[in-house]
Amino acid sequence: MQVYRFEADALNALIATLRERGYKVIAPTPMDGAVVLGEITDAGQLPRGYCDEQEKGVYRLKKTDRDAFFDFNVGPRSPKRYLFPTNHVLWRSRQENGRLEIYSESDDEKPFAFLGIRPCEMKAVAVQDRVLSKGPFADRIYSNRRQKALFIPVDCTRAGKTCFCTSMGGGPEATEGYHLALTEVIDENRHFFLARPGEENSVNLLECMQAVPATAEEIKQGRDLIEKTAACMGREVNTAGVAEMLAEYRDHPHWEEIGKRCMNCTNCTMVCPTCFCFEVEDHNDLTGQNTERTRQWDSCFNLSFTYQHGGSVRHTNKARYRQWLTHKFSAWHDQFGESGCVGCGRCITWCPVGIDVTEEIQMFQEKTS
Amino acid sequence: MITTDVLAPVVATVREIQQETQDTFTLTLETPEPFNFKPGQFNMLYIPGAGEAAVSISGDVTQPHELIHTIREVGNVTRGLVALKPGDQLGVRGPFGRPWPMDVVDGRDVLVIAGGIGLAPLRPAVLALSAKRAEIGRLTVIYGARSPEDMLYAREFLGWKDAFVARATVDTASPSWRGNMGVVTKLISPVDFDPTRVIAMICGPEIMMRFAIRSLSALGVEDDRIFLSMERNMKCAAGICGHCQYGNYFVCKDGPVFDYDQVRKLFGVKEV
Amino acid sequence: MMKHELHEILRQHDFFKDLPEDDLLVISGCAKMVMIKAGEVLAREGSDANNFYVVRMGKLRIEQQAPAMKPQPIQTIGCGDVAGWSWLFPPYRWSFDVIALEDSRLICLDGACLRGKCENNHSLGYRVVKKFADVLRQRLHAASLQAMDVYAPRED
Repeated sequence: MQVYRFEADALNALIATLRERGYKVIAPTPMDGAVVLGEITDAGQLPRGYCDEQEKGVYRLKKTDRDAFFDFNVGPRSPKRYLFPTNHVLWRSRQENGRLEIYSESDDEKPFAFLGIRPCEMKAVAVQDRVLSKGPFADRIYSNRRQKALFIPVDCTRAGKTCFCTSMGGGPEATEGYHLALTEVIDENRHFFLARPGEENSVNLLECMQAVPATAEEIKQGRDLIEKTAACMGREVNTAGVAEMLAEYRDHPHWEEIGKRCMNCTNCTMVCPTCFCFEVEDHNDLTGQNTERTRQWDSCFNLSFTYQHGGSVRHTNKARYRQWLTHKFSAWHDQFGESGCVGCGRCITWCPVGIDVTEEIQMFQEKTS
Repeated sequence: MITTDVLAPVVATVREIQQETQDTFTLTLETPEPFNFKPGQFNMLYIPGAGEAAVSISGDVTQPHELIHTIREVGNVTRGLVALKPGDQLGVRGPFGRPWPMDVVDGRDVLVIAGGIGLAPLRPAVLALSAKRAEIGRLTVIYGARSPEDMLYAREFLGWKDAFVARATVDTASPSWRGNMGVVTKLISPVDFDPTRVIAMICGPEIMMRFAIRSLSALGVEDDRIFLSMERNMKCAAGICGHCQYGNYFVCKDGPVFDYDQVRKLFGVKEV
Repeated sequence: MMKHELHEILRQHDFFKDLPEDDLLVISGCAKMVMIKAGEVLAREGSDANNFYVVRMGKLRIEQQAPAMKPQPIQTIGCGDVAGWSWLFPPYRWSFDVIALEDSRLICLDGACLRGKCENNHSLGYRVVKKFADVLRQRLHAASLQAMDVYAPRED
């Protein structure tokens, strides 16, 4: 596939074109001390000149001395916030004179263009596709939003300290599902983007940026950056045999150890780009005639998650942590043919007590070997 | 564009509601279209103001014009369901889930073991098995209930006793009760079936199923011929909300009926 | 009843049928036939457990009493089952009550007699104890399930 190049300043033209074509452009933007995804209308809203510092339970946004647009890793939000919205109305019902009517709520949201999301986030979308679109039943809202969405990820040219995408096959280079994949190249003299049109041919997007075929030298510059990133991952998981190990050692005492530290705050599941569990809630008006059913993200760390008459099945911390970790790294393989983890590291960064999945998996590997 | 919405119920109308026991009722519904299902499948029933609950279907598969559920009053939604009157409307989504293995029973003895409300999801299987008795071996139904007054389909059960082997036991009863008391497993007898070929279908409290499985295994019934119906918290019933996960399974779409070989390793683990 | 008739009955009984002929001969030497009418008490908790019974016909209930409570049923037993294991262990007192629900025909085995024979022949003793270990296992299952009241409604 031909690789193209465009100048960094042309991002604005891309954003304008996407908006003209009816897309809501969702891109990283600095807000409240973090880089989060949000709607932008201008390249000036991108986190240019920012980088983030992440560690177990640590996230700090910093200014850099470079002018790069995409010098950070991932923030707490991911595309699931848009494709699989929480607090969303599913349907409404109306009861009058003994008659009941139920009608699905139409989803009038404009199509999303995701600009500057990360390869691990692209991978996460593919993981959620299998859950929400490709099973025996498809989720209407997710599937329709997903189908209309446009993806312009930017490869990672810097690895965070909590990143381990190379272990999980999530990056640092976008390899699937994109319309246009970008690599940002910046040095003392030049600032440009390399662009690879996806299989769903989007070459026409390149016109507005006056993209030209990239030279071999430019392509190599991009390649070197990606390779350097892949070599600097902050974390690592040896995935060999992990699925079998976690399924086998459900009674291992180490779960108790993690259970003592875990506060069941649900942060890891909220920031996880693949966690899909949801709860429904009915909102009834005062007349009792009208009901609105909404969907909220739920978490397997909530005590109510497994509630059935009599009590909750998973009533201890350790059982709920075990469910989460075992689901991601083991059961997911049986259910969907792949891991539920893409190696984005969010659950490590946003855990208030600094539980690190990569460390915990390693602990199990050591204790069971 | 996907236009069908698996999460949105269709409207059904109550035709009849019948009290089975002190806290259990059988609800007969009419749906806009004939409602086809397989024995062992379940529906999500929605009551405005109360919410939704997973309820197994208890009717006869050959009667798609009446949708039957037997409901025990245990929570908000079920309380709402049993308060319904003929003509009232409610929401129905379904049918969902893997059914009882009716495709493997031909030429084999079948043993049905039910505990408490667990007879409700087994009733469609018993009716279907009873109707095809010429094609299967011996049919045996064993039923354990808390007391004689807690037995579901009591009148129908008497008819079953005339047609095939049907035995019941209760945990507690007034001194005048001369029937069986104690665990349901006591009624399992290799006199009734060939352990090397029998298909067993079990539904009841998980602990009762564990004991029943142990008895069957002791008789030499292989794990993959023992079928169980599992229960977990269900919200979507479509395999997308995550609530009903049980080890590597979603009870709503991979179950609720599992063969014991599938769940054996999970069965003994706490809080799965 | 003649000894060889008892021997034959024991041989056909579910509980004994897989024991070797020699064992059956020895055991039948400690056996006699008994009948019990519906409603009669076969054994009372705490009374001397000199015997155990195998059921040939009828139905009995094993249960436990407690003040101000209905009798707590443990198990219903019938043809092929055994009542009584306390004859094996000092101080040889019944652990539960056994009540006949129907007119029942039983074989009564003299515990002291059989204990003596088991002491003299440990191979016989092993086979008999193994049989009673299974009876105990069944009672344990039955009692624990009853205690859990598994079908009880559990309110939300």
